[in-house]
Amino acid sequence: MSHRVAMLRGDTVYRIHWEPGTDVLVGVCHCGAERGSEDPADLWDWLLAHPDGHAPPAAVSPPTADRQPVGAAHD
Amino acid sequence: MTFARNHWYVAAYGREIGRELFARTVLGEPLVLYRSEEGEVVALADRCVHRRYPLSESRLEGDTIVCGYHGFTYDKTGSCVFVPGQERIPRTARVPSYPVVEQDSFVWVWIGERDRADRELIPRAPWLADPAYTTVCGMEPLAARSELLVDNLMDLSHETYLHGGYIGTPEVANTPITTEVDEDNRIIYVSRHMDDAACPPFYAKSTGIDGRITRWQDIEYHPPCLYLLHSRVAPVGVLPEADGSDPHGFHVEVVYAITPETEHSTHDFWAVARDFALDNQEVSAFLRDSNRAVVLQDVTALDILERVIQTEPPDRQELSINIDTGGLAARRILKRMVAEAGEPAKSAAT
Ligand code: FES
Ligand SMILES: [Fe+2]
Repeated sequence: MSHRVAMLRGDTVYRIHWEPGTDVLVGVCHCGAERGSEDPADLWDWLLAHPDGHAPPAAVSPPTADRQPVGAAHD
Repeated sequence: MTFARNHWYVAAYGREIGRELFARTVLGEPLVLYRSEEGEVVALADRCVHRRYPLSESRLEGDTIVCGYHGFTYDKTGSCVFVPGQERIPRTARVPSYPVVEQDSFVWVWIGERDRADRELIPRAPWLADPAYTTVCGMEPLAARSELLVDNLMDLSHETYLHGGYIGTPEVANTPITTEVDEDNRIIYVSRHMDDAACPPFYAKSTGIDGRITRWQDIEYHPPCLYLLHSRVAPVGVLPEADGSDPHGFHVEVVYAITPETEHSTHDFWAVARDFALDNQEVSAFLRDSNRAVVLQDVTALDILERVIQTEPPDRQELSINIDTGGLAARRILKRMVAEAGEPAKSAAT
């Protein structure tokens, strides 16, 4: 997968990356845990169950955001 | 399905509300809106306490509404200040009034417990009232539940099928998509960033870019009501500055306000703001016509879908695939918001 986009900057952001044309989604938790899946509903279940079943890698550098969400009333 | 009460919803564009009484139903609650002599927007329940005649079918006299049936008269707060033929005004003679904030060209109303209405909670769409942008906008009535519109807007891949020829471009189909959920702030963000794409003729002509472009299409959904689609076009490799400003990009900000009218109908507000070719009427006409055409195609499809769903049991099976990633995230948050609507306020936990 090419570089991963990350736009939101909150402390509890869950991400799912998908490259159309491939079948695999990659879920990435804010804790760094990661998992591939072919079912988005299952993947959200796993992500949002944090910390259950999440084993983050030893060192994670948080992704940087290119821009802040504009519609947020305050941050 | 009940509603996500205790949230702000767009009831109207500010320009729709003047010195005429204006009726609109939001979350199943009929409202009457008008602008006071001072210019502030007033929203009251649209039913006279006497025999439930719609106040919107009545007369505005100064800042009071005189019921068109027997003349009960209500002030801006909904208190009855006159009843016909007697001195005494019954203590319970008042209609509910709704907190209102005018912001970003919209009239936002709070549906829920009055004392929880905090204007800081209203998500922003600053472009719509910004002189550095030109905006075209409209509202289409949708005879379908609001969740169907949310599903529809969270997945732009349907544009190839439903909107062939309007907004699809070939690169879109092969662009990685990232879906993000900010649990605490309740934002869903879906990014499609094309690093190197052909410039559609519309953009080439209206921005003056020649050559290939970096093209971003980012959805930012603030459930329940506000949906933003940031469309950014810039010469290849040109990115926003570190501080978030973006002087070399061209922006089209598509804004939807998704306001349930009833459990089976929705007000579909749409607006398109741009920061280039500001005075170009042709560009305005193109954006207005193409976006409206797209909205109407969605309305037609969702009206059909609503009719089908109503004939089926509520636990019907669906099949979700990768394109539904964003829609599934939105549904989860909306479901939670509906569940919370029946709970007491967090701050009043005694
Ligand atoms: S119904 Fe309004 S005054 Fe009788
Ligand atoms: Fe986790």
